[in-house]
This record gives sequence, structure tokens and C-alpha cells, in this order.
Amino acid sequence: MNDKRPDSGLGKDLIGLETLSGDTISAILDTAEPFKEISERAIKKVPVLRGKTIVNLFFEPSTRTRISFEFAEKRLGADTVNVAASGSSVVKGETLVDTARNLEAMRIDMVVIRHGSSGAAQFLADRIPSNVINAGDGQHEHPTQALLDLLTLRDSFGRIEGLKVCIVGDVVHSRVARSNIFGLQKLGAEVAVCGPRSLIPAAIEDLGVQVFTHVEDAIQWADALNVLRLQLERMNAGYIPSLREYNRVYGVTQARLDRAPGDTVILHPGPMNRGVEIDSDVADGPQSVILPQVTNGVAVRMAVLYLLAGGAPERAEEAKKGEA
Amino acid sequence: MSRPLHIHGGRVVDPSQGLDAPAAVLVIDGLIEAVGPDVEAPEGAESIDASGFTVSPGLIDVHVHLREPGGEHKESIATGSRAAVAGGFTTIWAMPNTDPPIDDPAAVGYVRAAGRAVRASRVMPIGAASIGQKGEKMTEIGELVAAGAVAVSDDGHPVHDSGLMRRLLEYTQTFDIPVLQHAEDPGLTPGGVMNEGRVATALGLRGIPNAAEAGMVARDVMLSELTGGHLHVCHVSARQSVDQLRWAKDRGLRVTSEVTPHHLLLTEDLVRGYNTQAKVHPPLRVEEDVEAVRQALVEGVIDVIATDHAPHHYDEKEREFDDAPFGINGLETAFSLCMKSLVEPGHMTLSGLIDRMSCAPARIMGLDTGTLRPGAPADIVLYTPDESWTVDPARFYSRSRNTPLVGWVLPGRIRRTIVSGETRFEAEGDA
Repeated sequence: MNDKRPDSGLGKDLIGLETLSGDTISAILDTAEPFKEISERAIKKVPVLRGKTIVNLFFEPSTRTRISFEFAEKRLGADTVNVAASGSSVVKGETLVDTARNLEAMRIDMVVIRHGSSGAAQFLADRIPSNVINAGDGQHEHPTQALLDLLTLRDSFGRIEGLKVCIVGDVVHSRVARSNIFGLQKLGAEVAVCGPRSLIPAAIEDLGVQVFTHVEDAIQWADALNVLRLQLERMNAGYIPSLREYNRVYGVTQARLDRAPGDTVILHPGPMNRGVEIDSDVADGPQSVILPQVTNGVAVRMAVLYLLAGGAPERAEEAKKGEA
Repeated sequence: MSRPLHIHGGRVVDPSQGLDAPAAVLVIDGLIEAVGPDVEAPEGAESIDASGFTVSPGLIDVHVHLREPGGEHKESIATGSRAAVAGGFTTIWAMPNTDPPIDDPAAVGYVRAAGRAVRASRVMPIGAASIGQKGEKMTEIGELVAAGAVAVSDDGHPVHDSGLMRRLLEYTQTFDIPVLQHAEDPGLTPGGVMNEGRVATALGLRGIPNAAEAGMVARDVMLSELTGGHLHVCHVSARQSVDQLRWAKDRGLRVTSEVTPHHLLLTEDLVRGYNTQAKVHPPLRVEEDVEAVRQALVEGVIDVIATDHAPHHYDEKEREFDDAPFGINGLETAFSLCMKSLVEPGHMTLSGLIDRMSCAPARIMGLDTGTLRPGAPADIVLYTPDESWTVDPARFYSRSRNTPLVGWVLPGRIRRTIVSGETRFEAEGDA
């Protein structure tokens, strides 16, 4: 497809945003812009990744992320295979490294991995020559989610630099939160987190993040809120007493938003628990960019696939026309 | 009996008698006969030329995991005790968290007999404190001691129940043995795989806070005060634990403790990149903790260095970080790593280090070794403190190679290890 080495700053893999520069992140977002249009066409397919084989290796259930990756891959013309852990040799006791090596032996080009253990994507990337894209590893990072959040914020505000973004909810268990913190900071945004202290990780202040324990304060401060899913398991594990109380104390409601100094933009990585961390009138209201996030997700993933396959950011426009 | 042994030409460092000078050591019938500059070899004595070597009492490690029975793919009593003598250790205490655990007299007797058969380091069994190490019901401690147990511990699992810990500290007084406690409150560590803090947060790994250790140390110190029992706190890692231990020492309680070579130097930063070789229990902490435990060791608030030698098979460490086992292979790097962390930077003299690795363990545990005084068993180590070497786990005597120190250049090479007057290890190559 391309005779040049990538000059996007991405290496072989996309494991997380912590190790990327702001310029690289911007290059990915810029590359995503021309790819947005492909999904709006009647025939949503370009030959950018024709002949490439991609395995979507999902050790955890995922609907949105897996489908988004699959659309991105297919719209770029790649051949894709989906592997779900429950139907694979993993249940027979095969180790992650053996699974990877077996896939490698079938001569694949890229692996998109979702795994319950932090570090699993890095582990894989260190052991196989294929490009590895992290689609969420444990509580570590979910870089493409953060990239689509960044793209959506940039669409809304025209910039990232100087924005105040607060991540609300179950930060301690959230890979989305970590990737957002790293990505936003590298592009010059101010980042805060908000939630009960039992759901805020230790020493998060050391990452340069402000902590709010009252959601009202966060709403006063922020230009945008990224509202995280609050999983039922957290209540059972004793992090919070009940979902009802969580909604009462931390729920993002229209009444709370109405007291904000401006029109706070609302993001949510999904899937939502309506009536728990976010009320329906907010999720479906004019300040919500939750569905644009999903749309941007496909474009951002196309950009990442294109760049890792060796594409140059400045040639993305030609590439999508099938000229590069 | 064997021929007398005359070790001459070396520098003898034996803090148990305040000795750091050129001297000869004479061994007769496995016991130290004499030490001094003018000690001559009797007729027919075997002569060991220790020129260029330092001669000290053999090192004593009160905390190793030999994995036998049940974990022979990681280590065995034979491979572990050979690794010990290669590391300069003449005595090792074997933790009972095997499969099955060492919780009955037959198992204690097995470890002891198997250890003797190897003819490497002395292997002293530690009995389980509770049956099956379940933390519920006390083992037959008297029977374990009669079979050769030197202490009891549920190491690997903390004794969580305060009532059981109290009874252990009371009951062990009959036999004058310590309770070795892996101090950690399990309620504060669910799923924890590394130190709680900045690095764990960035890596998305679950943390183990200092308070989990220090809180348990505080409780156990109180129970030692209540009962008068000998509490020995294993592998101290947190600076707040040091405060508790200092308080106990100031009050004159029967509380002793140990620190590992890795906690004296390494920090949580080593985990970055999901390095499973740096996954260890308790976890590597931060620089303030390293400084605190080091200072505590220098001051004697922490009494001894112990390796917590925890061998694991390659395949077990070649896993996702959450799934890899805790532990660092320690016996063959311990002395040198401590030379690097303590003696080289000037925190301690060589004599001070030998005290913490030999004399002090003997002193706190009531052993007759850890000294070159006449009459003591002739457990001796010959080494070159200034000679550096490169850590290559492929050359370990241990069956496992799990260490975060691959390729590190460390000072201090063990040259010869003698147990009961018999050479049990000799390094290849010239000094």
C-alpha cells in the first residue's frame, strides 16, 4: 500500500496513549477526519487495507468496540476474523502467548485485542511481530475510545487545548479514564475526575489530575463531562452502598446541568445505565454527543489501522480514494 | 573424624567477636578450634589458602521457599540447598507453604532428612502455624518441634484471626520458638498485585497499600506485648511498619523482623512494562520505603536480612501480570545485592552486613552458628567482596531463574562455602 515508513510517530503497536506524544495523537485525529466521510457513502468501502488479515481477539465480551473495529477494518477492505475467548482454545488452558503465536503462524498482519488483564496488549505486542491494537486491557488503557472522545470534543469545541474535562464515576476500574487522562493532557486540556473516593484510584493527583468529590463542583468547573458506566458489580463489592444512592449523589441529571455556567458537553463511552450514572434526558438531550462518539469511533479506528499499516497521515485523503 | 582444616592467608570478618583482621581459622571435627593471626596448622591438616579472600561465618537465611513437596518443577530441597551454599548460606529455614503444607511431624521430618541427605546447606524446617495453613486451628506445635521444626509460620498467608495469633504467641513460648508472620491484612488487598500508588494507577493494576502491612504489624506488636511471645515479622516493606517495629524495640518487646535484599534497593518503578519478574509479595514500594527499611536495618530496628527466596517456573512468570505468581529467586544474588545496596554506598560496613546476614539471625533465633568462636560449628564462607560478576540466571543452581536482576553487575563473589568443616560449594575459576 505504501512504500514509506509511517511518520505518524506511532510505532508497531497502539497500546496506550501514555507513551504517545501530543503530535502523534493529533496526527491520528487529523487522519481520522478524511475517513469520516467513507462511512457516509452508499458504498462504504475503500481498498486501503486490501489483502491485510486482521484478527479481532476478544477475551472479554464487547459489542460496541468489536463491531466498531470490524466496520473500520471492513470499510478499509481488510479480511477479518473474530475470535471470542469463550469459543476458543483459551478455555482449554492455552496461554495468551501460545494463542498469539498460533495466530501468527497463520500469517496475520494485525491483532486487535481486548483482554481482562492490564498489560495483556503489551504482553502480546512484545512477543509477536504483527501490529497490535489495544481494544481495552483490564483497567489499564482503551486508547481508541479516548481517541474517539478526543475527536468528538474537538468537533464540539474546535480545540482540545485549554478545555476543562471531568471524568465522572468509576475511575478506579476504568481503562477509558486512564486513556482519556493521558490523551487530554498531552493535547493541553485540564483534566479532573469526580466520584466517591472509593472509586477514585490512589495517587491519581500524581498524574496531574484534580479530584472532585461533589459532582456539583465538577459541573461548575468543567466544559465537558465524560460520564463513566457504573457497573452493578461495584455495589456488590462494596465500593458504593447502592445504585439508587449513587444516582442521588453522583448522577448527571438535567437539574444539575442547568446550574452549570455554560452548556456542558456530555460524553459517555457506553453502554449506559440510564437512571444510574446518567439520566435519560441528559443522555438524549441537546448537550449529549454520545452518538457522535460512536460514529467517530469508526473513523478513528480506520485512522489507527491505516497508520499502523504504514500509511502516512498526509496521504490519508488520497488513500481513501484508492490512489495511494 | 575428618582431617583438621586450616584456612589461612585471608581477612577474617566476624562481627560476633569484633574481628576484622588477617587471621587463620582452624577447624577440628567440624567445629571451630581457634581463630587468630598466629594459629598454626597441626600435622596432617588440610590447608586452604584464603589469600585474597575474606572469611566470615556462613550466612543464615531464615526465610526460603524450597517448594518440596508439591512444587518440584520450581525447586526442590536439593536444588534449593545447593543454591543456598552457592550464595554463601550455610543455614536456610524452609517455609511450610508447600503442597501439602508442612503441618505434621512426618512432613517436618521429611524436610529435615531430605535436607541432610543433600549435604549442601543445613535445612531447618519451619512448621505450619495452623492446620493446612488455613488460619483456623493451631498445629501440634510440640510435635512439630520434636520432629525438628525451628519456628512456625503460615507464610504466604497471614494469620488473620487475632485470637489465633494470640494463642500462637502464647503457646509457642513452651517451646521457645518464634511465630513468623507474613503481616498483611487481606481485607485491604483484594486482587492486589503491586504497590498501591502512582505506578499501579497508571498501569491499571490493583494495589496493595502500605497500611495492609503496617496495620497487621501494629496488631501483632500489641499481641506480642500482651503475651510475651516472640513475634518475627517477615519481609518488612513499608515505612509505617518500621515505625511500629521501632516502637516495639523501644518498649523492649520480643519482636524481631527481617527485610529482603530486593526491598532494600528496588522500587515499584521496576514493574513498569508489566515486568512479572518484579511481581513480589509484599510488593516493591517507593524510594521513601526503601530508605526507611534500609535505615531501620542499619539501626537494628529491623534485625536481619532474609531472602524470601521464591522460585517460580519460567512458564508461570511468562503470563499476564495478574496471573503470574509472586516471588523473586533470591539465594544466589542476596549477598551481592546487599553489597551493592548497603556496603558500596557506605550505609554499612562489610562487618555490619555479615552481622545482619549471619550473626544476627543466629542471635535472634538462638542458633549456635553465625560465629567463628571456638566451639561453634564450622560454618564458614570465603568470598571476594570487591570482585564483580554479572547475574546470569542460566548459571543458577536453583531450578528456577526468576529474577529481575538479569544482566546486573554486582559486587561480591562467593568463593567457597563450608558446613561443619566440609566444603559444600566451591566456585569455578580463579580469584
